[in-house]
Amino acid sequence: MNPRILVAIVVAVIGIAPQIAPPFYVTLLNYIGLYSLVALGLVLLTGVAGQTSFGQAAFVGLGAYTTAVLTTQYGFSPWITLPIALGITLVIGYVLGIITLSMGGHYLPLATIAWGISLFFLMGTIESFGGFTGLTGVPPVSIFGFELLKESHFYYFIWLVVLAALWCVANLLDSRPGRAIRALKQGSTMIEAFGVHPGRMKTAVFVIAALLACISGWLYAHLQRFVNPTPFGINQGIEYLFMAVVGGATSVWGAVLGATLITLLKTWLQDLLPQIIGEAGQFEIIVFGILLVVMLQYARDGLLPYLQHFVPQAKRALPAAADRLQHRTMPVADSPVLDVNTARKTFGGLVAVNDVSFNVNAREVVGLIGPNGAGKSTCFNLISGALDATSGSIKFMGQELIGQTASTISKLGLARTFQHVKLVATMTVVENVALGAYLRGTKGILASALKFNREDEAAALAEAMRQLERVGLAAHAHDAASSLPLGKQRIVEIARALASDPILLLLDEPAAGLRFAEKEQLAKLIRGLKDEGMTVLLVEHDMDFVMGLVDRLVVLNFGQKLAQGLPEAVQADPAVREAYLGA
Amino acid sequence: MDFSIAALLTQDGLTNGAIYCLLALALVLVFAVTRVIFIPQGEFVAFTVLTLASFEQNKLPGTVWLLIALAATVLLAEIVAYRKEPGRMLRAMAASALPCVIAAAIVWAVFAMQAGFALQVAATVIAVTSMGPAIYRLAYQPVATAPVLTLLIVSVAVHFVLTGLGLLFFGAEGARTSAFTGSTFALGSMNVSGQSLLVYAFTVGLVVAMALFFKYTLFGKALRATAANRTGARLVGISPNFAGSLSVTLAAAIGALSGLLIGPITTVYYDSGFLIGLKGFVGAIVGGLASYPIAAGGAIFVGLVEAFSSFWASAYKEVIVFTLILPVLLWRSFTTTHHEEE
Repeated sequence: MNPRILVAIVVAVIGIAPQIAPPFYVTLLNYIGLYSLVALGLVLLTGVAGQTSFGQAAFVGLGAYTTAVLTTQYGFSPWITLPIALGITLVIGYVLGIITLSMGGHYLPLATIAWGISLFFLMGTIESFGGFTGLTGVPPVSIFGFELLKESHFYYFIWLVVLAALWCVANLLDSRPGRAIRALKQGSTMIEAFGVHPGRMKTAVFVIAALLACISGWLYAHLQRFVNPTPFGINQGIEYLFMAVVGGATSVWGAVLGATLITLLKTWLQDLLPQIIGEAGQFEIIVFGILLVVMLQYARDGLLPYLQHFVPQAKRALPAAADRLQHRTMPVADSPVLDVNTARKTFGGLVAVNDVSFNVNAREVVGLIGPNGAGKSTCFNLISGALDATSGSIKFMGQELIGQTASTISKLGLARTFQHVKLVATMTVVENVALGAYLRGTKGILASALKFNREDEAAALAEAMRQLERVGLAAHAHDAASSLPLGKQRIVEIARALASDPILLLLDEPAAGLRFAEKEQLAKLIRGLKDEGMTVLLVEHDMDFVMGLVDRLVVLNFGQKLAQGLPEAVQADPAVREAYLGA
Repeated sequence: MDFSIAALLTQDGLTNGAIYCLLALALVLVFAVTRVIFIPQGEFVAFTVLTLASFEQNKLPGTVWLLIALAATVLLAEIVAYRKEPGRMLRAMAASALPCVIAAAIVWAVFAMQAGFALQVAATVIAVTSMGPAIYRLAYQPVATAPVLTLLIVSVAVHFVLTGLGLLFFGAEGARTSAFTGSTFALGSMNVSGQSLLVYAFTVGLVVAMALFFKYTLFGKALRATAANRTGARLVGISPNFAGSLSVTLAAAIGALSGLLIGPITTVYYDSGFLIGLKGFVGAIVGGLASYPIAAGGAIFVGLVEAFSSFWASAYKEVIVFTLILPVLLWRSFTTTHHEEE
């Protein structure tokens, strides 16, 4: 069965449900819709981007209270309070985000606990907010003069918003910024090298999650027509997270699944438990907590993957590999590309790279070799911008690289691969390669969510396909990146680097861990790229691999340049032999 | 505000701050050893107060049933985990379930014998401390290598479960324990209560004891080794499960002692632990969840802020304390360099 048909069935069920379901279930479905919105934000934040918030209920409260206060006390129309609530949420979410997201993983969730608690007490304390009794008389929403007073009418409004949100988030995840968001869990080094600003991306995701929660709160206030602080406390915030974990992050539908299961379970437990125990109380949290621990121990991806098992994944047709992106003009052969001049890097008292100088000319393959601890990797990181040199100069196409960010360096036309392969395991090969073309696209989060990015997307995917054909992996385009053997993963990394349209390709130990046949293929590929006009600098310690491949060699030892020149001459150099063989 | 009020507030703030300080130390300890942000720390405090209060009211503490429930669940978990190795199953049961069973028996015996205050206190501390190994075994051990974020979500879930169980076994009624001492001392123009002096003495004593434990005992050194380098510690034969279990057990013991101190000062409900623990947290975060002395200082600062804000803006007391975390985080984000987890 085609997933699209499944979605159509789900939408149809949502459409007719209030006509046939008893009123109690319509109320329940309304709440499921409201919770799904919040859970959707958390699926994006926790499941996809690897961050967490326990304070989403506070953002729901922010939306609800903003509209309740402004409509009841200042006579605003609900349609004006919505943008105001979103604006306030945006500012608070942004400030919380930039404060906490640049740091380690656990500061954001802790900050959201604190923020959730303080907002809860604030809502309960401010007198004009009605204290803990709350505010009544919130006006209904009217659409073109039709007041949404009945629950079954409001139902359609809520689910229209939910479906729109699901559509937008699904679009977003399948786009240029979406691929960057899905790569966030990998750590920042790789995405920075392709021009993504991870801190900014994380903040954006956090803000999106907060905005979805705020919309849910605004809807809640106009559905209930009154607000009090209770549903916005920290326990509710934890339950939202629970919904996202139970549903799972493999698809946006995980949010709806999680919200549905938890809401039904909670209703059922609240009936059942007091009967068993013999007194009233929030005993369902015991079951929820145990369930959450068990889920995290045995099914960390949530329940959705078990259901998806029954739905075959449709292979998406990719645009024909037409060449629609702008390309750089490559420098003419033998013109200077990279000029490293007395570069030096010290870590405290240790001089890792000691006044090293060498250069790389256009259409040349240069190998940077040396025994373990020679400073090759440090030198490589200085050029790629992962580290800043202490002194000296590194010029690329006449531009100084020292002090530039990895992202600027990438823009100048320098692309790299990683010694420890850094592919996003949950994305397909072609999506991984398209990540390399990040800086060649322009469409941002909003345009992608609303699908105003069709041309941009087609161009990026076409370019990714073109690079996959170039390296001979087009047949694997739809495979999960993690399913390929290491040798092929290395080549996918090269395709990803090529997708950024570089002048100079930096390869970090490309042959490490490869089998003989794989090395042969790799060497052939690099030679082919050279013939097409690419300039390559590779760091290696596999002498045999490098010898037949490179035009020139630069040998480092103990941070200093030991020798440079043609491979044969370097190989014959007694100093090099001593460094390598210790003889 | 005159001097005497300021002095009173300071005394109040220092007393609460000292208790938060103990909790902050426990949180830093657990995080350093296991990477778990131990949200349920406060529950140990609440359970201690409620257990001791039950003894004082001549009721069988609900702790007995809580311990039996924990022990039964652990037994079940060990049976599932070691169904093919009966020898290891028994050893694992002895390590994680036996303390709970023994503690339940002790609590029951102390209740049945109508024992005196000292024995009640001892039974309470033993009961709460013995929950440590069971909680670690059930919730954290199976996910010990998971990312910090997953561990944090597990912590929150454990907090949920323990709060719910607290309601189930102790009821919704709040409780306060009787003071260890009712005497007051005049210090110049102000009165210092014996209870706050006891809190200070206890806190200082415990901090010194912890310092000695970490410096001179083999277990203390094992915990420090695990905190410094988990893989390295494992290679020299320190079981990460043992270290994790020990750190959570120590945290439970510290929570129990904090509960003894806070019981006579505040009325504690089954769900009070969360806020009390989180205030220790604000302190621990000041220390970046890494430095013991800075965490201790931070926690005392939280106590002082709380005392003074309850005088100036009592309705906003909690708001002020928890909003305090934001500038602290901002400051930390400027002073810490973030290293990527590979």
